[in-house]
Amino acid sequence: MHTEDISILLRNHSFLEDLKPEYIDTILSCASNTYFPDGTKIFSEGEEAKKFYLIRTGKVAIEINGREKGSIRILTLGPGQVLGWSWLVSPYKWHFDAYAIDDVRAVALDGECLRNKCEENHDLGYELIKRFSGILEARLKATRIQLLDVYTKEIK
Amino acid sequence: MTFIEGNNPLLPAETNTIITDPMIPNLFTIKKIFWETDDTFTIEIESHDKSSFNFKPGQFNMLYVFGMGESAISICSDPAKNKTILHTIHRVGNVTSKLSQLKKGDTIGVRGPFGSNWDVTKFYGKDVVIVVGGIGLAPLRPAIYSIFKERKKFNRIIILYGARTALDLLYRVELEHWSKTKNVEVLTTIDRGDSSWRGNIGVVTNLFNYIKLDAMNTYSMVCGPEIMMKFSIEELVKLGVEEKNIYLSLERNMKCAIGFCGHCQYTSKFICKDGPVFNYSQVKDIFNLYEV
Repeated sequence: MHTEDISILLRNHSFLEDLKPEYIDTILSCASNTYFPDGTKIFSEGEEAKKFYLIRTGKVAIEINGREKGSIRILTLGPGQVLGWSWLVSPYKWHFDAYAIDDVRAVALDGECLRNKCEENHDLGYELIKRFSGILEARLKATRIQLLDVYTKEIK
Repeated sequence: MTFIEGNNPLLPAETNTIITDPMIPNLFTIKKIFWETDDTFTIEIESHDKSSFNFKPGQFNMLYVFGMGESAISICSDPAKNKTILHTIHRVGNVTSKLSQLKKGDTIGVRGPFGSNWDVTKFYGKDVVIVVGGIGLAPLRPAIYSIFKERKKFNRIIILYGARTALDLLYRVELEHWSKTKNVEVLTTIDRGDSSWRGNIGVVTNLFNYIKLDAMNTYSMVCGPEIMMKFSIEELVKLGVEEKNIYLSLERNMKCAIGFCGHCQYTSKFICKDGPVFNYSQVKDIFNLYEV
């Protein structure tokens, strides 16, 4: 895929909505178009988190290995959402497993490449951190609601 | 004490079906009882005298198991079909457990219908977003039936439905049917799943990521556990839906159902008489007080 096409994919993804065009141009060299057929393991717990993904189509399941409890599917992500933030925080290792549970099309962004761009351009770094903070806040809040187990009522 | 139809000062003006003392139950026969999930079941009941039972979407009945007690249960059937009515019931206490053990042909007492309703005529010409969690789909189902009956009078219909597990999803056949209707989006999610589940996992508010709202032209009905409604309403407001366009159904321990006993008092309101359906702007100030 031509870089101008990837540029359009980046611009059209809700995570990068309204990002200044010069920032899109800056991160373009870190981006690649990617496809995971249904059933593909996208990454595994403990592996180096080299990339993150802007999901365009399809669905990804995040699973935690509960050891004796087996794998527990904790979240699904779909079009318009971002998969992975471990590339951002040292030691850059995945904490969970991720599987494509549909045919998934996404834009992959190279973590190291992007970290270097952010070091060179702190304004870009700040803009991306703000966006990732929003995602982290939403996921933390969602996890807390999940912990409440709101739909259970104890039998009196 | 007998009230004249439509003239009962204790009930909302729109309630006009109770013609006797609202504290005296009418006798109903169980026509059918079936399990929706492992702890939730539906009963179909019919009046002993076979008379029709008129109600509005969102209203509830007090179901009386003789010798055991009463429980407030929302009516979940189609308001246009009034020969028999349906109640979907979560088995959580003594009365609901006893109800779950009844058989076809058994008799129960019914007082009602009580309370305010989802007035879907206010949503004509608008998009409607229905956000439900758990058994909250039951009180909203009559409103969904009413919308589908006059489908052309509404624009987009979006149903966002969250449940605990895949096995806890109610009315799956109908969800499937609704999702195949033109200009209707049905998105479901569950809080807990395993790798056999290929649908969404996560809280119901996650589903807002997958829809685009024309917020200024959107009305919303929200029903489910209170904390789920709180976060859903926050999300709707964040997306630009006006507070006055959001409706919700509240639940408290209803006893008399006519605003006398005070069990369901909600500051200056009674859930049984002023609710259970409220406009969010009516209750906004007290909704976030967890002491209430």
